[in-house]
Amino acid sequence: MLGTKSNVTKPKKSTGESLANSVDKLSVEEVPKVKSKNLNVVAEFEKSGMKRMANFVVIGHVDHGKSTLMGRLLYDLNVIDQRSVDKLRKEAETIGKSSFALAWVMDQTSEERSRGVTVDIATNYFETDKTKFTILDAPGHKDFIPNMIAGASQADFAVLVIDASTNSFESGLKGQTKEHALLVRSMGVHRLIVAVNKMDTVSWSQARFEEISQQMNAFLTAASYTAKSITFIPCAGLTGENVTRKVEDPSASWYSGQSLIEALDASEPAKRNIEKPLRMTIGDVFRGGIQNPVSISGRIDAGSVQVGDAILTMPAGETAIVKAIEAENDVVDWAVAGQIPTLHLTDIDPVHLRLGDIACDPKHPVKLIKSFTSKILAFDHVLPMSVDVFRGRLQAEGKITALTATLNKATGEVLKKKPRVIKPAEVARVVIELERELPLEAGTRVVLREGGNTIAAGLLEA
Amino acid sequence: MRLLKSQIDKKDGAGYASLLPEEPEDMWHAYNLIQPGDLLRARAVRRVSKTSDSGSVASQRIVLNLTISVTSTDFDIGSGQLHVAGRVANENEHVKLGSHHTLDLELNRDFSLEKADGWDSIALEILREACDTERKAELWAVVMGEGVANICLITEHQTIPRQKVEVSVPRKRKGGLDGHDKGMEKFFSTTLATLLRHIDLAEKAKEDKTVPLLLASPGFVAQTFLQYIKSEATRTTNKPLLAAVPNILVAHSSSYHVHALKEVLASQGVLSKLSDTKFARETSLMDKFTTLIRQDDGRAWYGPREVERAVEKGAVGRGGGVLLISNALFRAQDVKERKRWVALVDRVREVEGGEVRVLSSLHESGKRLEGLGNIAAILTFPLEDLDEEEEEVADGQTEQEETMVI
Repeated sequence: MLGTKSNVTKPKKSTGESLANSVDKLSVEEVPKVKSKNLNVVAEFEKSGMKRMANFVVIGHVDHGKSTLMGRLLYDLNVIDQRSVDKLRKEAETIGKSSFALAWVMDQTSEERSRGVTVDIATNYFETDKTKFTILDAPGHKDFIPNMIAGASQADFAVLVIDASTNSFESGLKGQTKEHALLVRSMGVHRLIVAVNKMDTVSWSQARFEEISQQMNAFLTAASYTAKSITFIPCAGLTGENVTRKVEDPSASWYSGQSLIEALDASEPAKRNIEKPLRMTIGDVFRGGIQNPVSISGRIDAGSVQVGDAILTMPAGETAIVKAIEAENDVVDWAVAGQIPTLHLTDIDPVHLRLGDIACDPKHPVKLIKSFTSKILAFDHVLPMSVDVFRGRLQAEGKITALTATLNKATGEVLKKKPRVIKPAEVARVVIELERELPLEAGTRVVLREGGNTIAAGLLEA
Repeated sequence: MRLLKSQIDKKDGAGYASLLPEEPEDMWHAYNLIQPGDLLRARAVRRVSKTSDSGSVASQRIVLNLTISVTSTDFDIGSGQLHVAGRVANENEHVKLGSHHTLDLELNRDFSLEKADGWDSIALEILREACDTERKAELWAVVMGEGVANICLITEHQTIPRQKVEVSVPRKRKGGLDGHDKGMEKFFSTTLATLLRHIDLAEKAKEDKTVPLLLASPGFVAQTFLQYIKSEATRTTNKPLLAAVPNILVAHSSSYHVHALKEVLASQGVLSKLSDTKFARETSLMDKFTTLIRQDDGRAWYGPREVERAVEKGAVGRGGGVLLISNALFRAQDVKERKRWVALVDRVREVEGGEVRVLSSLHESGKRLEGLGNIAAILTFPLEDLDEEEEEVADGQTEQEETMVI
């Protein structure tokens, strides 16, 4: 091709010579399309003196006001401007659901709005003087627990929202309040802020607040949260009292503690495994715009990534080049563990990217496994049976094939080999076989569900 | 399946049966009937080469009836094909005795079967069930979630996963809502197109058959999909599809995996459409078993050895004793193994007077049983420690953990 072309443009030169010249210029080496700055990300991160970062998941029973509370938080912190809130109010009023306006800051799809429930996680950012926060607003409805698990797997700590009004708290306790609290605990979240919401509907009754705190405290400590890692905050999402500002209602004069935002700010920063090889769970695959046809987002569980890096996606085993990185709505050169960035990719077909896949360092790839042993904490009776295995966005079919042993909760000693059935609250070792090979590593936390109920939480051993 | 002719001795079960499979489901019955060692006679096409006196070799395809002594069977669930391998047991002018041949059983081609050890109670039961002339229930189901759909066909004895549709749907995100809606649209259109390829609606309409279609999902996906089907049917004026819309059921499932079907199928609305009571009873028995094992009072046991011991002690008998056994056990390649289970079933049924349920390993209830070692029993009185005196050598290494698990 080249030879013939130069033949036409430079007819005076002999054909052979120009052909030889052009062949010289050809090379098999691929020119990298994206230039890497070859930064030492770890050093860069330390140098940057970045603000503390924290991701938290908002959990609780359906209709307890999670989305509204978060909408209020963003509104009062001026992350959402007055104009858009006014617009939402107007829209909400036209369909006769004016109290939903703030929740619509988080619930954006038409389905969520018309049905008045959150379906999928909403991600939002805000920052205080000390910390940059990422909100993961989880759905409370039973059917969408898979989405809630996806949210919880990205969180450093959790905000449990409880409706203080009569009967609501009680019905929630039987429902998802309990299940969510157990789930996030078994997924490695230790710190919990309990926001006792809708205090305005019980006219800021101290007795009610204390009743709820006591009951929850008893339940949560039984679920192996330590008492000092739980904070109770009374608040009202709809009116915004004790969210970012103190309560003005005289009947709430008994309360002098923190507001929600202060409690959030007081949270300990999470540990980061920056120096380990990259592991990022893909939480979303989408078209990031005309210039970025393939983008992924998700939490970096370990390691770091910078523009120009090659990443390997498992289980597809395809490589891609990171073209650009966005974190907290800003374009950045690198991202580290703990962040939930968006990576714009090139050189990969989106069919190779699925939710729950792992993007990893090509030099240290994740192994694919078909079956594994896991220590589990049973929430329900466990028999050898079909289960859904959850890990972040990943949702896979599997089977518990063998109950190896029940274990002592504290020491891990074998109590009984080959038990017939594992009872709720027992710890056991089981073998799980997956329908297809998946990227899972020892130390990964998984959740096992069956027929719409969480039956166990597990920690991968091998 | 049509029983053309049978000559089975009532006492020792010796004899043969000539059968004509008419529906794909019949292949499944045949698969359960045919055991290694049996004599199977069916039409075969075989390439026969002849060496003439001058040394030239002429090869020819000949259609002939062959009798083989079965060595192994192979069943393809998806296409419903059954291949039976064996050695020729009856010599004829083209094929030598003892040469290998694999018979492919086909629909509407008769075959005859002679059992090696005679027709036992299980084989006779399968035969009776297979030749039941009642119209068979059939149901298409789509178990779906956002971006994933499993299309399966449910018949009386099988749940056949036909195809899995996966379309990546972007999640909701700030300012990128477009992607989610477009993704769902694409997902629905792919699923519908795939579904229509599997169910030939025009063909069904000609036969005047209405096939119920079941859509199940967590949340609202199935409902939204039904709306999509309706609007597509109207938009494209697809008459067969429009006619099929009233036969669509929407149900709730907890996930998009195929095994979520068991809860869907257990629900009342669906059961009334599936006229098959056998399936309903199987599911309810499995549920009863799970409830009993939760109570942990020693009245429910699973696993081969435990169940055998329970039967020995006479606990699976009159007054509520139920033996649940998967037909996978009767397909054992080892003749001794099969005899072991047949004897157990006969004992429970005839000596002890308990109820025996043979579950299809291709149905959800059978799959649940598979996890439990393919056999389970509900006892009439509690028994403890059936699992004791197990071998202690299995894993000798001492395991040690330093930290608490969770």
